[in-house]
Amino acid sequence: MGFWRIPLDTTDIDIARGRVHILEERCKGCGYCIEFCPKKALAFSSKFNQKGYHPPYMIKPDECVNCHYCEIICPEFAIFSVEVEPAEEKQA
Amino acid sequence: MNPKDQNKYEEPNMVDTPLHHPLDDLLRTDRIPHIWCPGCGIGTAFSACLQAMRTSGLDLEKTVMVSGIGCSGRGAGYVKLDSYHTTHGRAIPFATGMKLANPDLNVVVFSGDGDLFAIGGNHFIHAARRNMALTVVCVNNFTYGMTGGQVAATTPYQAKTTTTPRGNHEAPFNLPLLAYASGATLIARWTILHARDLTECLKQALQHSGFSFVEILSPCPVNYGRRNRQSALDMLKMFQDKCIIQNNASPADLEMDFAKRIVLGKFVHVQRPTCIETYDKTCRLADFSKGKAA
Repeated sequence: MGFWRIPLDTTDIDIARGRVHILEERCKGCGYCIEFCPKKALAFSSKFNQKGYHPPYMIKPDECVNCHYCEIICPEFAIFSVEVEPAEEKQA
Repeated sequence: MNPKDQNKYEEPNMVDTPLHHPLDDLLRTDRIPHIWCPGCGIGTAFSACLQAMRTSGLDLEKTVMVSGIGCSGRGAGYVKLDSYHTTHGRAIPFATGMKLANPDLNVVVFSGDGDLFAIGGNHFIHAARRNMALTVVCVNNFTYGMTGGQVAATTPYQAKTTTTPRGNHEAPFNLPLLAYASGATLIARWTILHARDLTECLKQALQHSGFSFVEILSPCPVNYGRRNRQSALDMLKMFQDKCIIQNNASPADLEMDFAKRIVLGKFVHVQRPTCIETYDKTCRLADFSKGKAA
């Protein structure tokens, strides 16, 4: 995401981090989460689920800022994100 | 694409534990995946409604969902609350009866545009006129989706449907104007793309004491989009391009015309005595309750 100027408090702000969980068997492959992810962190995977759709997967797992938009736009209750604590992130 | 890359980020301890979506406790998960087509917006509208119910602070033990017939009418079958799937167009009279019989209930009507405004149009205007304390959520997908995509009262001008192959020659309903003219006390319109604003607005609608009406524009890729050469994503991108948010806009300026622009927002939020309050004031006089004539 580009900024037209760098915000003055950039160094003080801790950006939230999230981890996306995908319930692949519920997915119907509409692609809303992929299209509207503000970080473009998701993509269609090449594998099929039981119903024959391609569920999404994280191409850039480190980019997730836990905005929950994939969770609220998903019509299938098939994706959600949880916040990752900064300490947990360092360990991982 | 290397299949190994896909599994690189799956935590080893997460693979065996079943995942639970945050809304699973409000869903009848044995019926999920639901019947709605890939790309249908009803699921998003439904999810926003459940999220709003969760955050509104209402007692969910005393919250009921009523829906009519149609694709959106299936919503009542998926929510893990008391819910009723009523006959075609009669969701609002059923809900009115339930609210009058037990005023402690929070009654949510979740239904489609055909059910609420074509088959049940009369019930809507009278419930709004009486200011019945209901929350009416209307998923507007511009067509009769379940029966095969016939022209509806909300189909945009010139749109192609199975019964108007040369394009619809009629003007669509301006639903917020209809609600305003009938006397609704909270009126809003959002699309499923504006899911955050939609959830916030639904929350206000649930907490509102009078008749609240929220219209949700939603794509129907299979029975509307396909005949108009629009995929579900095209429709959402059109929402992104054509919609402007203008709270408190005049309801007369909200006509549905995708050639121009679509105005979204919360248009009306006023307080007026509800049906139950005015009934109690007029008909349940203190003298009657003591057994004396007034």
